[in-house]
This record gives sequence, structure tokens and C-alpha cells, in this order.
Amino acid sequence: MANLTLVQSINLALAQEMEADDSIVLLGEDIGINGGVFRVTDGLQKRFGNDRVIDTPLAESGIMGFSVGLAMAGMKPIPEIQFEGFLGPAYDQLVNHAARFRTRTRGALTVPLTVRVPVGGGIHAPELHSDSPEAIYAHHPGLKVVMPATPYDAKGLLISAIRDPDPVVFFEPKRVYRSFREEVPEDEYTIEIGKAKVVSEGTDLTVVTWGASLFQCLEALDELPEDISVELIDLRSIYPFDAEAIIESVRKTGRCVVVHEAPLTAGFGAEISSQIQEHCFLYLEAPVQRVAGFDTVMPYYKLELDYLPEAPRIKSAIEECMAY
Amino acid sequence: MPRRTVYEAKVEFVQILDEDGGFDEKLGKDLISDEQVVALYEHMVTCRELDEIAFKLQRSGRMGTFPQNKGQEAAAIGTAHALIKGTDWLVPCYRENAALFMHGLPMHYILLHWMGDERGNEIPPGVNITPLCIPIGTHMLHAAGIAYASKLRNEGRVVATFFGDGATSEGDFHEAMNFASVFQAPIVFLCQNNQWAISVPRESQTASETFAQKAIAYGMPGTQVDGNDLFGVYKVVKEAVDRARDGGGPSLIEAVTYRLGDHTTADDARRYRDQAELDAWLAKDPLIRLRKYLETNDLWDDQMQTELDEKAKVIVREVVKTAEGIESPATEDLFNYTFANLPDGIITQRDTLRTASIGQNPAQIGLRTQRQNA
Ligand SMILES: Cc1ncc(C[n+]2csc(CCOP(=O)(O)OP(=O)(O)O)c2C)c(N)n1
Ligand SMILES: [Mg+2]
Repeated sequence: MANLTLVQSINLALAQEMEADDSIVLLGEDIGINGGVFRVTDGLQKRFGNDRVIDTPLAESGIMGFSVGLAMAGMKPIPEIQFEGFLGPAYDQLVNHAARFRTRTRGALTVPLTVRVPVGGGIHAPELHSDSPEAIYAHHPGLKVVMPATPYDAKGLLISAIRDPDPVVFFEPKRVYRSFREEVPEDEYTIEIGKAKVVSEGTDLTVVTWGASLFQCLEALDELPEDISVELIDLRSIYPFDAEAIIESVRKTGRCVVVHEAPLTAGFGAEISSQIQEHCFLYLEAPVQRVAGFDTVMPYYKLELDYLPEAPRIKSAIEECMAY
Repeated sequence: MPRRTVYEAKVEFVQILDEDGGFDEKLGKDLISDEQVVALYEHMVTCRELDEIAFKLQRSGRMGTFPQNKGQEAAAIGTAHALIKGTDWLVPCYRENAALFMHGLPMHYILLHWMGDERGNEIPPGVNITPLCIPIGTHMLHAAGIAYASKLRNEGRVVATFFGDGATSEGDFHEAMNFASVFQAPIVFLCQNNQWAISVPRESQTASETFAQKAIAYGMPGTQVDGNDLFGVYKVVKEAVDRARDGGGPSLIEAVTYRLGDHTTADDARRYRDQAELDAWLAKDPLIRLRKYLETNDLWDDQMQTELDEKAKVIVREVVKTAEGIESPATEDLFNYTFANLPDGIITQRDTLRTASIGQNPAQIGLRTQRQNA
């Protein structure tokens, strides 16, 4: 066991998987000698060499398309896109190729890649360094999408993603990168993609969230009156996602608040809300509430905390849902 | 069938003022008047002061991430000087602040931008500049479009767009070059080859010997220039601008320069580059070189320098005061510029600052209890 940050646990998982499987290569901008702009790949080029930790030219379409080729040829590429805002050029390769090769070739050619992408706001970053596009990728059949919120989950989910036979988008909430440490086992372990985690049990209301919002939810829960018992679920995997865990919980509590940083409309909260409506209709005591980013462009950082679903907004939604 | 050469090309390197202050009279005579050189030098010094102060603002927590421009001022200023303010367009990246100021961008706007305030992008009317561009390489296509609009409407405007060595690896760069050339748009592509794209050195970015030669594949002239030489940059850009204005289409210019600072304040270049390399380039600083030129030509002395340094400090102090004196933006700003006509959903979000349906309409509170009691 070691007490690790999210950055360190991801680094550890990468190193262990690379040690175990020499078909794994990392590629991206500044991931080599610089160790990535967040230092997630720190030391890996030194340890595994330039052939396995590759600083690429500055081209996201290149990084992704090249990775698709590597994967089809039997390698296990782990490309990094430096920030979620720069997925744009990679989108075509990811969505139109990585996600579709298995289907198009009836399984003859597959793309087992894991693309790592820092995600989300709250760190005073420049423009296009703070978005939350998970729903966009969840909407594309053929891609798996995960977003761990803790060092422990990050290691287990990353190992699962790397070993997965299909492309996985692995979002790393940058607001959590160094915000806290937790015990992470030295040994390798996996966390099944598609399984949520019940962070705390409760009986009155279910909060479903993922990524950095988990910590805003915990803060809100701390502020709530003692007599409101909340069940907090960290979804962890966006696609496939653990509908069962949500349904089971909401059947028990009868109320649900979904919290995410991405804009409200067509955010992944909409899918969750719909699942609840379909499966928990007669159990509901109140309409499902979504606390999300607004339907606006993610603002520059002076206004980012007004945009993001911070604890006070979550707390109000929980109380209002209780009082419906 | 014999083998034959179907295409041959040459790429020129231009330098007028070398790093020791040597001046090529043949190329540089009467190129820029003494008075103008002095004014451009003064601007260069003021921009350097702003750059150093911006760095300190970030370090003391008064500003977010900032990409220092230092070392690249000659490329920016030489280019801006070759364009007509108010007529031509500048389509920047983020390492050519000095050019933007010359074309009318208030200095404090740059600080506002990096202070996380969108008002730093609210370009004043009549200033033909697009905002700093964060997604690398994407803006050159806009520049090509703006240039083509000028051609279509016969407006006689020329566009200059700045980008780095790293940006040439993005697909958009190649598309912009191709579009500009196919449509013979009046545009100058100004590549600031500062040798690094964050931690990736120029040799790892491209296997081409020069960036300038990439022009050849697109059917436009490409020239390499000493980017720390104000005269050289001005000369090659002016030629390209004149050609573009006369209907001669696009050009690519590679300004060979160096990023004297870290990539941004979030970066630590000591992780990946040698001090010796930096030291060698420090000696080629465009500021030192231009001052040498001025002194050699009896246009400058220590007294003037002292006065200028003082003046620059005063100007920059005022700029910082202005930027920091501006009240925080209203939360409403977040919504108000999303569309010309806001959809109802956004209006509700703005007016309630809520996304959850009960929070947006608190009249719903107690509904269920009432119904149960009824
Ligand atoms: C599309 C995109 N990918 C990645 C980044 C992250 N990034 C910001 S600047 C930079 C390097 C740019 O290098 P270069 O084009 O040479 O310009 P310089 O910073 O040296 O002036 C990178 C990779 C980005 N802003 N946009
Ligand atoms: Mg560069």
C-alpha cells in the first residue's frame, strides 16, 4: 500500500501494465522527457525507453489515427490527449474509426486502445482546458467511457481499460489530480468497467455523480441537516454504466439528484434520469433533479465557479427535492 | 521514358541585422527610417516589460497561466509594421502580443485574457484582430477565410497569421495553406519557429530541414528569415504583403527565433532543455541586437535607455492597474453571449442560476404533500 494522488496512481498503473505487457506503448504530446503537462507519465520514458513512450508531433488526429493503426497491428496503444478541449481533431479517428472497426470487420480487426484525457474545470485553467465532454463519447456506440474520481478507482479502472479488447476513453478529472491522497495497493487489481460505487448508504435520496463533482457532493452532504439520509453513488463508468445500482438505490430512496459538470441539456444526467423514469416510476416521491453546468460555453476562469455545480447548488437541490 | 527532374526548389534565408549588430546595407538601406526604428525599439522594450510583469503577476497569484513572449518580439513587430493598421488583419496565436498592440489592441486586454476574463477578447471596433487562439493551429484557416473574403469583395486587405513550429504538425495548418493557395488568398503565414513546442524540440516536430520549405508543396513561396532581426522580418513580410495585395496570393515565412521563457508559467523548461542552449540564444535577444544597431548609428545612448526603462515601467504599471481595477464580470455574462437570441432554457437558467427543475420553479415545493393531503 502507498498513499498516492490520482496522478501517482495512474502513473503506477501505467508502469505496471507496461512492465507486464510489452505490446503497450504510450504516445502523446510532451509525455516523454517532460512526463506530461500534469506529470502523469513522469519517469516512464526513462524507464521504458523512447520506443515505448513516444513524444509525437503536435497533432491529435495523428495521435489517435496512428494509435488505431498500432492497435490493429497488435499493439496496445495508450494515447494521451493533453486536454479534453483538444479532442476535436482526434474526434474523427476516435468515433469514425476506433469505435467502428470491430463492427465493420465483424471482429476481424479490433482496436484495443485506451485514450487518456484530463477533463473538467475548477483549476483556473485557460480557455478550452475545462470542459466535460463525456456524454459526447458515451453517445458513440463502440466506445467505452470511464471517469474515476479517486486514486484507488483510477488504478483499477485504468488496468481494466488497458486490458479491455475495445477502445476506452479514460477521463481523468484534473481538479482531483493532486487534491488528495489515498491508500492504493501496490499489487495490480481491476475494477470492472460498468460498475458504480456506493460511496455512502442512505434511505431518503440518491445522489448520482462522477468525476470531480463527487467532492462537491460530499461537501454538500456535510452541510445537510442530520435527518436527511443520502445515498451517494459514484458512477465511475459512463458507458457502459451501472443502471442497476441506480435503479436499486432509487427504488429504495424514491428521490434522485444527478450531478455533473457538463452542460445540462443532453448531458449524461438526461440518460440516467430517463432510466429512473422507466424503471422506478411508481417508486418516485419527486422528479429527478439535475445539477449540472449551464447550457452555455464553459466560461473563462473568473466565472468558472459560477458555472460549475458547486456544493451550495447541490445542497439546495437535495433540500428542494426532499421538500417537493 | 527518361528520368527527369519535374520540380526543383530553393529556400532563401534572409538576415539584415546580425547578432553582433552587423548590418547588410544592400538589403537594409532605407528600409525603415531612423525615427521608426527608434519607435519600434521603444515598443519592443515596453512589451518586454509587460511580459516580465505578467510573469510576476502569475507568480504572485494575481493572474492565471501566462505564455511569455520574450525573445520573439522582433518577429511580431517586424510583421505588424509591414501591415496597414485598420485595413489589414492579424490572426494571432498567443506569442505575438507586441503585434496586436501595434494594431490597436489595448495592452490590458492581454492581461484580462490571462486573468480568466473574457472581456480581454472583446476586440474594440475597427481593430482587425481575432482573439488569442488556444487550440493550436486552428486559426490559420480563419485567416485564410478572412483573406479570401477580402479578395471576393476586392477590399485590398491582407491577412497575417501567426503560429508556432508545433502548429505546423496539425492537419489544419496544411488545410489552411492549401485553401489559401488554391484560392490565391491574400495572406501571409508567419511561422514563429521558436525551436520548441512545449518540451518537443523542432527536430522531433518535423523531418523537414526548414519549415519554410513546406510552402513549396502548396505552391506558394516560402522564405526563412532571422526572426530576431527586425529588419529582416520586416523586409520579407513586406515583400509578401505587397505581393498578396497585388493579387500574388499567399506566402509562408519561417521566422527563426527562440522562446527565451518557459512554455507558459505552468511549465518548467529546465526539465527538458539545456541551459547552454538557452544561454546561446540569450545572446541573440532581439532587444540587445536592436539597441546595438541604434547605438552604432548614434540614435541611442544610456541616458535614453534609462528614460525608456522608466517610461516602460510607468506604462506597464498603468496597464496592470487598469486590468486589476476592472470589476469582476457579472455572473449573467456567462449566459448573455451564448446566442444573439437566447433560447428559453438558457434564459431560465440565467434568471434562476439553477439547472434543477424545482430550483428553477420553487412553487413546486410542497406539491406532493399538498396532493397527499387533498
Ligand atoms: C490542438 C491543441 N493541442 C494541444 C495543445 C496544448 N499546447 C498548447 S501550446 C502547445 C505547443 C505549441 O507549440 P508551438 O506551435 O511551437 O507554439 P509555441 O508555444 O512554441 O509558441 C501545446 C501542445 C493546444 N493548445 N491545442
Ligand atoms: Mg514553438
